[in-house]
Amino acid sequence: MIWVAWRQFRTQLVVALGAVLLLGIVILVTGLHLRHLYDTSGIRTCDTQADCQALGQAIVSHDKLMQNLLGPILLAVPALIGMFWGAPLLGRELESGTYRLAWTQSVSRTRWLAIKILLVGTASVAAAEIVSLMVTWWSSPIDHVNMNRLTPGVFDRRGIVAIGYAAFAFTLGLTAGAVIRRTLPAMAGTLVVFVAARVLISDQVRPHLRAALMLAGPVRRGPIGVPGTGVAPPLPGAWLLSHSTEAKCTIGTGPAVHTCPGTPFRVLYTYQPASRFWPFQSDEMAIFIGLALILLGVCFSWLRSSAPDTSIRNIVRAQEEHPRTDTDNHQQTGTNVLHALRSEQPRGNQ
Amino acid sequence: MIEFHLDARSGVSPYQQLVQQVRQALRLGLLREGDQLPTVKDVVGRLAINPNTVLKAYRELEHAGLVAARPGVGTFVTKTLSDSSLAAHAPLRRELESWLRKARRAGLDEESIDALFRDTFRSITLEGVA
Amino acid sequence: MSSVLQARGLGKRYGRRWALSDCTLSIPAGCVAGLVGPNGAGKTTLLHLAAGLLKATVGTIEVLGESVRGRPEQLARVGFVAQETPIYPTLSVADHLRFGAKLNPSWDDALAQDRIAGLGLERRQRAGQLSGGQRAQLALTLAVAKRPELLLLDEPVASLDPLARREFLRGLMEIAADREVSVVLSSHLVGDLERVCDYLIVLAASRVQLAGRVDDLLATHRRLIGPRRDASALPDGQQVIEASHTDRQSTLLVRTEEPIRDPGWIVEQVSVEDLVLAYMDQAAGAGRERGRLEAVRR
Repeated sequence: MIWVAWRQFRTQLVVALGAVLLLGIVILVTGLHLRHLYDTSGIRTCDTQADCQALGQAIVSHDKLMQNLLGPILLAVPALIGMFWGAPLLGRELESGTYRLAWTQSVSRTRWLAIKILLVGTASVAAAEIVSLMVTWWSSPIDHVNMNRLTPGVFDRRGIVAIGYAAFAFTLGLTAGAVIRRTLPAMAGTLVVFVAARVLISDQVRPHLRAALMLAGPVRRGPIGVPGTGVAPPLPGAWLLSHSTEAKCTIGTGPAVHTCPGTPFRVLYTYQPASRFWPFQSDEMAIFIGLALILLGVCFSWLRSSAPDTSIRNIVRAQEEHPRTDTDNHQQTGTNVLHALRSEQPRGNQ
Repeated sequence: MIEFHLDARSGVSPYQQLVQQVRQALRLGLLREGDQLPTVKDVVGRLAINPNTVLKAYRELEHAGLVAARPGVGTFVTKTLSDSSLAAHAPLRRELESWLRKARRAGLDEESIDALFRDTFRSITLEGVA
Repeated sequence: MSSVLQARGLGKRYGRRWALSDCTLSIPAGCVAGLVGPNGAGKTTLLHLAAGLLKATVGTIEVLGESVRGRPEQLARVGFVAQETPIYPTLSVADHLRFGAKLNPSWDDALAQDRIAGLGLERRQRAGQLSGGQRAQLALTLAVAKRPELLLLDEPVASLDPLARREFLRGLMEIAADREVSVVLSSHLVGDLERVCDYLIVLAASRVQLAGRVDDLLATHRRLIGPRRDASALPDGQQVIEASHTDRQSTLLVRTEEPIRDPGWIVEQVSVEDLVLAYMDQAAGAGRERGRLEAVRR
């Protein structure tokens, strides 16, 4: 069975290996260059803030092309895995009818699916995580300067969340293929649901994974800060969720609230501290893995109960709508045809 | 080794056709004592018919004492049907050929010859019975 | 005599439609059974139920003495060739044989390789490039090389040209002759079934209309031709399957255990094709009756 699973996956795996290898070479070459730049820039030993900022800018703006490429690539990898590795696994078998060949060999359906999932699922997770690690390595000089690992655009392209994303996308594709029974629509469905889930979780769930912390600080002006308000984030590397400015004292209640004249304003920051990067990574990975396990459960239970029913329904329906005529001209519709045949036949067998 | 053929429209059941063909071959001397009949597998492989049909035919021939099955080896002819009448075949065939040529020259087509033959054959047979 | 396929009150429903209802069958071992009927009558459904690809809605089905549950041990004893002979287009012929070898502990590789070689199939050729006849032969090889006790074939020759069809049936009959294997094959080509089957099942209107050994069926059915007479004028033991009348003449197809003694009839034998058409006709008529009754009720 392992050979069978491998043989059916062979082409996709080879293509993926090639792509990862190619990407790896490019990342290695440009990454070493970036590191060299970082090491020789003197940013580790800079003393004034203005100096450090200038050196940092040089690092951060280096090789914008790669930066602009790596982000989308890493974003796309799990989705592509779900579409091209997950959806066809069951979807293709059902669409082309080869499940009737696969499930009548001397292997139980459950074992057949389990081994395929093991092989392709492991490859999916490994491929996604390898790419994620490569990008994390490449970006580390820049991350050192920016210290923004927790922020949305960066968080999901570092570390180990890719494992969860890939597992979820793969099982999503698998389930879509099982339910929709056609490869292309299943691929489309997988993409849509995957993107929706990712957006939903990163927008609505991630900020609340742990209770946000609050910090009050004076209003400050400076070149580095949240644009438009002249307010600096209180801690380096923190993920600023929201902020509000308020006055330290208020008089009255209800519609007639107004601030006391002459009292200073302060800024209230709601944030997640930088130290929560790894906990958040494991939490989000766990969420997506949990979703993946639920989908796996759905798939296996579908397999045992109604799996082929839905696929054969199409065959039965097609047969009824298009009764076949064969070369001997035996049409199976209507007695008048049968009678017509009868009158053509030579009567009487001696 | 003889080869079987099937006439799907003759109205005679397949196994009977096989029996008839063996008997005919025996009569014409195409099959002699000790000859092996084609194996069931060979026959169905050529004719695409049910193996039981062939088995049934061979069993009937065995019942009639014409063949004997040797398990693991095959089915062999044990008795011929051709007898002294075989000697009479050659001259009879020549007479038949000349008659046929005459009928052709008289302008009879195949169907008419066939009809004439069958009709005469039938009345002679009935005469023989009566 | 053990039966290779036994169904009791078997029924299968998709949504609101019953593809198969009240199906009771007992196919004996050692036969080549032909399953014939109009499209949508339930032939594919019955075969899929027997192969373990479907679960019954009501009733039971037993194959080779055990109920169908998808156990690998039972799957190993049954070979299945599905309609349109599905194969993996990107895998080669040799890959398919390896597929069979890896997934079936009872695989006879020598048999498979011999058969492929004998058919002249190119081992390296991708299965998607094979002709319809070659695909059918490959699918048959896959089903046969695991040495099953029962072979189920769903319209294996339906889309083949006459030559490929004959080749396929030749190969199938060789297999049937060679080994102790029972065959159930569905088709709507009655001519093929006549040559090849010794057990007949007519499925029409989702029900079993007729089932039995071909020899028995041919012995118990007769065509009666005589002066115009009502079908009910026949004695009780004789069941009229089909009747057609002109103003002077009646032609009946009758099922009877005893010989016809009434001298007023010309008695003729019937062919398998006659039987199949008559029973399908009867089912269609019953279906129309039901439809008409329902229309009246509404």
